[in-house]
Amino acid sequence: MNFILELVVSIFLLIGGGFILVGSIGLMRLPDFMMRLHAPTKATTLGMGGLLIASMILFTLREPGHISVHELLITIFLFITAPVSAHMMAKTALHQKLKMISRTRGQELIDPASQQLAPKQSLEQGNDGVSVKS
Amino acid sequence: MLAKPRFRWLPMPYHSILLFVTWLLLNNTVAPGHLVLGAFLAWGIPMLTSGLSHPQPALHKPIKTLRYALMVLGDIVTANLEVARQVLGPLDQLHPALVALPLDIEGDLPITLLASTVSLTPGTVSSEVSQCRKFLYIHALTMKDEAELIATIKQRYEKPLMEIFSC
Repeated sequence: MNFILELVVSIFLLIGGGFILVGSIGLMRLPDFMMRLHAPTKATTLGMGGLLIASMILFTLREPGHISVHELLITIFLFITAPVSAHMMAKTALHQKLKMISRTRGQELIDPASQQLAPKQSLEQGNDGVSVKS
Repeated sequence: MLAKPRFRWLPMPYHSILLFVTWLLLNNTVAPGHLVLGAFLAWGIPMLTSGLSHPQPALHKPIKTLRYALMVLGDIVTANLEVARQVLGPLDQLHPALVALPLDIEGDLPITLLASTVSLTPGTVSSEVSQCRKFLYIHALTMKDEAELIATIKQRYEKPLMEIFSC
């Protein structure tokens, strides 16, 4: 195994690890549940991508004539499951009427959303209440 | 427009391709034995299960689907960089918002795809669909202008999806 291969693999591992770390920091720092949901759904997807690319490069180039691509499957499954689990958690948060930080706009939508109704007619043009008045 | 099985002996061609590729990827090989077994499974499983599936809108432009997937992949990378920057930056500059996005596309599969795309891309998580399937509730990590956000999603993601499913 030569130096350049190791370097490339290490760079991808570092990128992946970095993004997963950022996702975890976000989970800790952000103030409310709905905002916390953003960090793991996004940052972690790319983080896993970086780790899997590193794995593909390493196992493909280590033995000549051997191609390792089944990491792609993990990526695909991750892309299918990450938004679904995020959606389910967000849905639950709405139904439990979890508190959002006070500067969140459009909080009047929590009620219709938790009952799976359409937003009220008067709110359709301006949900933040600003554009209605002007 | 619902997908009708074009051939009786191959009821779900896209599922078959997906199953075949998944089998080969799982086994990490293109050995002839696995090609045959994979082909058999890709034919047999849809034959057994096609009766259980809900009819979904037909896929009209497979090439466009590929282009859409690549575009979303690119957006995921920018989304990650953006969210990373926002998470590490000062938090009081974030202006979270709950938005109701009026939907023009119809059908469960297209709406699911749109909701998943919204969740994976810049600063938004889809959180609920209204029962009439006309509104998608979205939570944005930070939003400057509501009309702009809705216009971006409709232009960038909903329009190509509508073309793909031609609904």
